[in-house]
Amino acid sequence: MKKLMLGNEAFARGLFEAGCSFVSSYPGTPSTEITEFAAKYPEIYAEWAPNEKVAMEAAFGASLAGKRSFCGMKHVGLNVAADPLFTISYTGVNGGMVICVADDPGMHSSQNEQDSRHYAIAAKVPMLEPSDSSEALSFTKLAFELSEKFDTPVIVKMCTRIAHCQSIVETSDRIQMEDKPYEKNIAKYIMMPGMAKKRHPVVEQRTADLTEWAENAPINRVEKGSDSSKGIITSSTSYDYVKEVCGSRYPVLKLGIVNPLPVKLIQDFASKVSEVIVVEELDGIIEAHCNSIGVKVKGKELFGNIDELMPNKVAQKLGFPYQTGDKLEDQIPMRPPVMCAGCPHRGLYYILKKNKLTVLGDIGCYTLGATAPLMATDTTICMGASVSGLHGFNKAGAAGLKTVAVIGDSTFMHSGITGLVNIAYNESASTVIILDNSTTGMTGHQQNPTTGFNLKGDPCTKIDLEALCRSIGIKHVRVVDPYNLEECDKAIKEEVGRKEPSVIISRRPCALLKTVKHPGPISVDSSKCIGCKACMNIGCPAISIVDKKAVIDATQCVGCGVCSQLCRQNAISKEA
Amino acid sequence: MTGNIMIVGVGGQGTLLASKLLGKLFLEKGLDVKVSEVHGMSQRGGSVVTYVRYGEKVFSPVIDKGQADIIISFEILEAARYVDYLKKGGLLITNTQQINPMPVITGAAVYPENLEEKLSKLDIKLECFDALSLAKKAGSTKAVNLALLGKLSKHFDFTQEQWLTAIETSVPAKFLEMNKKAFLLGRDSQ
Repeated sequence: MKKLMLGNEAFARGLFEAGCSFVSSYPGTPSTEITEFAAKYPEIYAEWAPNEKVAMEAAFGASLAGKRSFCGMKHVGLNVAADPLFTISYTGVNGGMVICVADDPGMHSSQNEQDSRHYAIAAKVPMLEPSDSSEALSFTKLAFELSEKFDTPVIVKMCTRIAHCQSIVETSDRIQMEDKPYEKNIAKYIMMPGMAKKRHPVVEQRTADLTEWAENAPINRVEKGSDSSKGIITSSTSYDYVKEVCGSRYPVLKLGIVNPLPVKLIQDFASKVSEVIVVEELDGIIEAHCNSIGVKVKGKELFGNIDELMPNKVAQKLGFPYQTGDKLEDQIPMRPPVMCAGCPHRGLYYILKKNKLTVLGDIGCYTLGATAPLMATDTTICMGASVSGLHGFNKAGAAGLKTVAVIGDSTFMHSGITGLVNIAYNESASTVIILDNSTTGMTGHQQNPTTGFNLKGDPCTKIDLEALCRSIGIKHVRVVDPYNLEECDKAIKEEVGRKEPSVIISRRPCALLKTVKHPGPISVDSSKCIGCKACMNIGCPAISIVDKKAVIDATQCVGCGVCSQLCRQNAISKEA
Repeated sequence: MTGNIMIVGVGGQGTLLASKLLGKLFLEKGLDVKVSEVHGMSQRGGSVVTYVRYGEKVFSPVIDKGQADIIISFEILEAARYVDYLKKGGLLITNTQQINPMPVITGAAVYPENLEEKLSKLDIKLECFDALSLAKKAGSTKAVNLALLGKLSKHFDFTQEQWLTAIETSVPAKFLEMNKKAFLLGRDSQ
């Protein structure tokens, strides 16, 4: 049956049809929906793990137990899971094991623009790269076959434009997989030096075998062109742009497997065209391979390695005409993402700014507090770096600076705990603020170990943040309501002033959660408003100044009341 | 020939439903379709864009500058931001609603004046209308997307019934009547 499916939904369909029965992931744009869609199939056990390393190790455990297993993550998630990846490459698998890594060229929702193909090369594992939803489905099924045939985990690399594009797929039934029996095999599964030394040659032979497979693999295909003055080697979205721009003018070698890359196939293709151009996003990986096998190509000198490609750029560099439309002469103001009206992070951030604190930030919706007018945070690196970084900052003792770390509930569970252990163990006078909004917000409201619900929505063990922090050895743990500015101010002043480690839990559910009941919009009494703009300091998108008086947009306001606490004229209230 | 529609607006305005609905209609017509959206950070009140492409065979998931046949904009500043994605002579359907972006709220930038008049001077076909009022009339400010789709529907040869059926299969039953009403108000508006 033909259906329109998001790349990530098609990927999940591929998991289902391949007989995969175990999924463990951590959310991360643009990979999140694979696991959410997988969870809708009753045949698949699916869970959110606290982080990507745990997810990958859990998926490996399921593979070891004989099931086809999967874990999915965004590109930076693979940094977290890199440790097991490099060694699972040596052990190989029992049941097939597939990993999705979703890159984000153009950084629509990410802190860097890394090219995850490097990981496949470095960890010596095969990587497939679909270019639409239909391939996301079929490549996922193929990945399981390859995993079992070549005894290796297989990575399927997605990217924003494939993951979040709906295109047509044809679905089929689920393959019924028998569990493979687990057999103890220490030479294969215990990677201590003596055994690992014997596995490394196995891995190298596997890469050679996979290279041989790649020479004739149907997912690497040559498409004929009418003009052989150029031949184009490409994959993924770049293939889509090349076909969009060139149609069938030039011969195209479309690569479905990007590690290992074929040798003879590329040499043959190159011998039939006058000039070879490699079109690939980010780094010149296919290009470097071509150079290493004696095939002269042009690639990054034309396209560069920054930002995602777009059709016009491909047209321009391949010598095809294109034109852009007319635009206005006006300067169009930027519209950056902002914390939502009613966001519980806002009130707390206002207090951090007011107290002139140095704030080590983290990854989540609360990263948005770095922008004007709050500009409340000083750093954003990666998940957990706020807590660990704060410890180092405080130990180094930057004179006279008062500091805190801010980290969300899900991010704290992901990578904040170990940093807090370091604060307790090595005793820095650090204050960590856990912004507990009862969800994983930025990726679209996923459950996490502190919410009390699992991925399937069933009630489950709820990790008690206060008890957890105390058990680590933090003596001072307190909870505040971020809608109450006075309470936040008092708690922050006291804890930051302390010479011992402390944790403040700023607790209030995300304003967008459907379970949250809001009091409803409040408004400004214009007869009382003197236009002092005190309410504008919190950067609420619902408040603006019209004719020198504050106005609250009732379609956005949820009535959190933070702005009314700033108004010295008492002009903002429900009754006004 | 490939048709290219862009839907632009402010995160949270319901642009995804409009693209889902269009995708469904083109699929039923037997065409190849790609609908691209960006999730994650940009949905938090940022500028959002969705691409809907249809035809015999669609390759690129996105539409680049100068390639769109139609842009539907949920907010007029967003119309101005993306207007150069439109082909010469292309159609711009925009809601006249203004939503101040944060740099305007903080005073770091100015919301440009008379955008409707300025857009009308470009080499494009312009349809400006107050979709927010129509949505309110239908019962909810959240129905802006259906009012805009109603306006768009006049430019396609799908029947009114086909549109309404697509709406029925895309929105929750609870909001169906309100959404249908907003669609028809948009479709019948001048």
